[in-house]
Amino acid sequence: MELDENTKTQIENMIGENEVFLFMKGNPDFPMCGFSSVASAILKKCGVNFGHCNVLDDEKIREGIKSFSNWPTIPQLYIKKEFVGGCDIMKEMAESGELIELLNTRGIETQIS
Amino acid sequence: MPIEQFKLEELIKNKFPNANILVEDLAGDNNHYSVSIESSAFNGLSRIQQHQLVYKSLDGLMDNELHAMQLKTKGTE
Repeated sequence: MELDENTKTQIENMIGENEVFLFMKGNPDFPMCGFSSVASAILKKCGVNFGHCNVLDDEKIREGIKSFSNWPTIPQLYIKKEFVGGCDIMKEMAESGELIELLNTRGIETQIS
Repeated sequence: MPIEQFKLEELIKNKFPNANILVEDLAGDNNHYSVSIESSAFNGLSRIQQHQLVYKSLDGLMDNELHAMQLKTKGTE
């Protein structure tokens, strides 16, 4: 797993420009993997705006993000540039209410549907 | 390339002795597992750190031999 400077900058820009950002397979309307599907559904349910990157479109990002966060799987959620976790952690945090709490304490508006 | 359930269990047991471990083969294909680990090794660690510890213990297995692993970790405190 390699992370070149270019890819690193690209990743930093993505998570810098979006308060909530999801690296996923596919996109929120057409997820290409069950785990990515769950992850984007959780964010939709929280009613937050989030940016996303389809890692299937870019092999460098797909491999680079794993080194960047020291995390071997996709999806990956970032809130205010901070790595929050993958699908399992998101699920646990959503069920316990921690995810909404985290979003709110970071000043991100949520609207639970 | 899938991994057999007993091998995965053994691998985790070696890295986390004295832990409560539950491994389930979700799809019956040796490739989609659910793994729960309760271990004192997780005490004081954040969830991310706990999962990272497990991934690290699997030595690059994840994403190569193993496509999907649902992971639940818990400390003993």
